Amino acid sequence: MSENTITNILVAGIGGQGVMTAAEVLSQTALSQGFDVKKTEVAGMAQRGGVVTSHVRFGTQVLSPAIPPGEADILVGFEPAEALRWCSHLRPSGVAMINTTRQEPPVVSLGLYDYPEDPIGEIAKTGIEYHAFDAGAIARELGNFKLVNTVMLGAISELLPFPAEALKNEILDRFRGRKPELVEINEKAFELGRLASAAH
Amino acid sequence: MSAVPPLAGSNRRFMSGNEAVARGAWEAGCNLAAAYPGTPSTEILEFAAHYPEMYTEWSVNEKVSLEVAIGASLAGSRAFCAMKHVGLNVASDALMSQTLAGVGAGLVIAVADDVGLSSSQNEQDSRFWGRFAHVPLLEPADAQEAYEYTQRAFELSEQFNTPVILRLTTRICHVKGVVNFGERREHENAQGFVKDPGRLIMTPGVARQRLPMMFEREAEIQRHSESSNLNIIMDGSDKRVGFITSGPTYMHVKEAFPHAPLVKLGLSYPVPFDKIRALASQVDQLVVVEEVEPILETELKAAGIALLGKEILPRIGELSPNVLRPAIAELLGEAVPETVPVKAPIEIKPPAPRIDPATGINVFPRPPTMCVACPHLGIYYCLSKIRNTTISGDIGCYTLGAGHPWNALDTTVCMGASMGIAHGLDKGRVEADKDKKIIAVIGDSTFMHMGMQGLLDITYNNGNVTILLLDNRAVGMTGGQDNPASGRDIHGKESTKVDFRKLCEALGVKPERIHEVNPYELPTLFTALRDEVKIAEPSVIITNQPCVLIDYYGAQPALTVDDDKCTGCGNCLDIGCPAILVTRRETVVKPNGSEKELAFVKIESGACTGCNLCPKTCGPDAILPLADYIRQ
Ligand SMILES: Cc1ncc(C[n+]2csc(CCOP(=O)(O)OP(=O)(O)O)c2C)c(N)n1
Ligand code: SF4
Ligand code: SF4
Ligand code: SF4
Repeated sequence: MSENTITNILVAGIGGQGVMTAAEVLSQTALSQGFDVKKTEVAGMAQRGGVVTSHVRFGTQVLSPAIPPGEADILVGFEPAEALRWCSHLRPSGVAMINTTRQEPPVVSLGLYDYPEDPIGEIAKTGIEYHAFDAGAIARELGNFKLVNTVMLGAISELLPFPAEALKNEILDRFRGRKPELVEINEKAFELGRLASAAH
Repeated sequence: MSAVPPLAGSNRRFMSGNEAVARGAWEAGCNLAAAYPGTPSTEILEFAAHYPEMYTEWSVNEKVSLEVAIGASLAGSRAFCAMKHVGLNVASDALMSQTLAGVGAGLVIAVADDVGLSSSQNEQDSRFWGRFAHVPLLEPADAQEAYEYTQRAFELSEQFNTPVILRLTTRICHVKGVVNFGERREHENAQGFVKDPGRLIMTPGVARQRLPMMFEREAEIQRHSESSNLNIIMDGSDKRVGFITSGPTYMHVKEAFPHAPLVKLGLSYPVPFDKIRALASQVDQLVVVEEVEPILETELKAAGIALLGKEILPRIGELSPNVLRPAIAELLGEAVPETVPVKAPIEIKPPAPRIDPATGINVFPRPPTMCVACPHLGIYYCLSKIRNTTISGDIGCYTLGAGHPWNALDTTVCMGASMGIAHGLDKGRVEADKDKKIIAVIGDSTFMHMGMQGLLDITYNNGNVTILLLDNRAVGMTGGQDNPASGRDIHGKESTKVDFRKLCEALGVKPERIHEVNPYELPTLFTALRDEVKIAEPSVIITNQPCVLIDYYGAQPALTVDDDKCTGCGNCLDIGCPAILVTRRETVVKPNGSEKELAFVKIESGACTGCNLCPKTCGPDAILPLADYIRQ
């Protein structure tokens, strides 16, 4: 579809990782850049360790809220197996940004299923462009696992049809109001994510 | 829930359909909103509760929420109730009679269908209720329309003296879009409640008289539907196929076929047949796109309009552009457009490979699980260890007890059903099951929703069921809302707190058959359960620890596993706490030659809340507080 001017971002991870917040920040930034935006929020089961995805679509006018399989421009994978699960949602020209920190669900702990040995390798086999790095380790080093979210946003910030600074400001503004003490560390997280993705 | 700030310089905000419905109701001057939570509708009331001009409440079930709204409407206030699709099954008794009476001030019922089954026990199409109850039904296609249609619904309700159904779907409720909004307009009513026994007391005589009114009203709304700007014909240059869309399917069709002519139904019942005929005359063929049942299709075909529907479109799930495009291409004899999902052929060892047929990708499933330290974990640990039982389950987080590692539920139907079904399992047992112990598991919210009556039935009819009443002081499944078990209202203000012991006693359970236990105290819990199943009388074991997601819960420092002591017995894994992870597996050969699988574990310190449940399953005392471990 040549007339399609819509950017499709699929954010995928696990309940509690901040998938929804990341999608919300992306949406708000796109809105402030003058785009029409739709974003799905799948709530309910989210708290219970299930798969969480959020579809963010923006462009001149967005109608259907769901990204059809094979049409995502960017996949933000908060967990490697989830990135593998959702990579088929990408267009052949799409890019996957992947956090390599693994999170095993109970079904794996119980020995009912195996965690894929090399999820990133499997993604590589598909031929799509991807960047994989340990966003979890960066967040842990900064002292707060919840920063994974900001690290991942930093990582995709150069792939978006608007300036990376706009996304960064949107994130920092959220903290400026409510938790000013977290502004600095989020800025660091964002920049480290940006660097890590560029390093590949 | 943080209210999102308005977009710069205007009354525009990025909001979900649920928030938009609450906003619309508030602006329409609605004075009362009541609901029982249920995905995907829950947030409507949570947002409504932010507006001080509206009285809001969590009702104990959907039927009560509708009745409260009916009362308020008759009292002269615009009133509103919200529920998930199955909620209207519960509330339908009130709806089916009130439709004969009509309303006072505007009365709107928002009902949210879980198309695609993200979090429900079935996928049902609430558009049937419009037909069944002979009331108009509005179907917004996005958040902006959800906001607008909610207001239109109040107007229609008053104009035609009828309850109005606002039909939503998951894709409306949980999708955020930009909404342009306005301000509240107070709804004035000087009269208050008007006595009108010939209309409001639904005896057979009154109902008989009201029936013609109801059908006349329906015919009148049908004429309105033909002229209403809620139903519009949209022209298009590609006349090969014209579409009839109902609610959210408009967006899918418009995206997939931007140049096709279509009828967009916003007031989708009563059906504007003439408008659809007008479209039919402009196009080569007509296709109706509706989620999920072929309701319009059947009615339009019966009216002699030639069209296609479920012959070419799936009967189940969402009709998104990627579903529509190939179906229409095939209809037109065109090459089916390729969606080019990346293929990734991967092998993962058995058991139970789950290869997605569409993509060839094989990744383990990640089903929802109970939370780390959930108070239900101990219950299911015990239930999984008791033999010779049939366990009648109910709806809530504890339904997850049907899964691994517990596998300790045998039935689940609908809210409150655990009671009656357990009683039936007991009374209907055949010789083969004569020694089976019948157990029912039900949560606090579900018990108050529909379970209490079932318990009374058990005691009244000399039943023999052991009931586990899991009181976690919250509606856990839908996000931890307050309810009479938390003793706080929708605003978090203190209110009546139900006393389950007294309640069960009042429902006929003998005082000595009621036990209150701490579900983290495994030995006590196990003893109570083992003893009560042996006694041939109804008994109730009430647990008393809160859901970990609510503020009544207090986390403790994390525990850790001492590697030197852990024997790899795997017992702690049977608890099912997601914070316990396997570090390695080993197969050892026992002296008698048989093989044994060992699983050594660790505890994820960032997740563990120190609930102290798992140490009770560990023989060698390998699980201990981090501080003690360091001290060693
Ligand atoms: C008729 C109906 N209304 C609402 C729901 C949505 N729902 C599912 S479980 C549940 C309540 C569960 O609360 P509780 O019984 O206290 O168990 P918990 O989840 O807290 O363990 C609700 C509201 C439903 N499935 N059916
Ligand atoms: S939400 Fe509460 S009741 Fe539900 S699984 Fe989590 S802790 Fe348990
Ligand atoms: S129960 Fe104790 S010994 Fe057995 S696996 Fe768990 S920690 Fe190790
Ligand atoms: S103490 Fe054990 S059961 Fe409780 S939260 Fe920690 S790991 Fe889970």
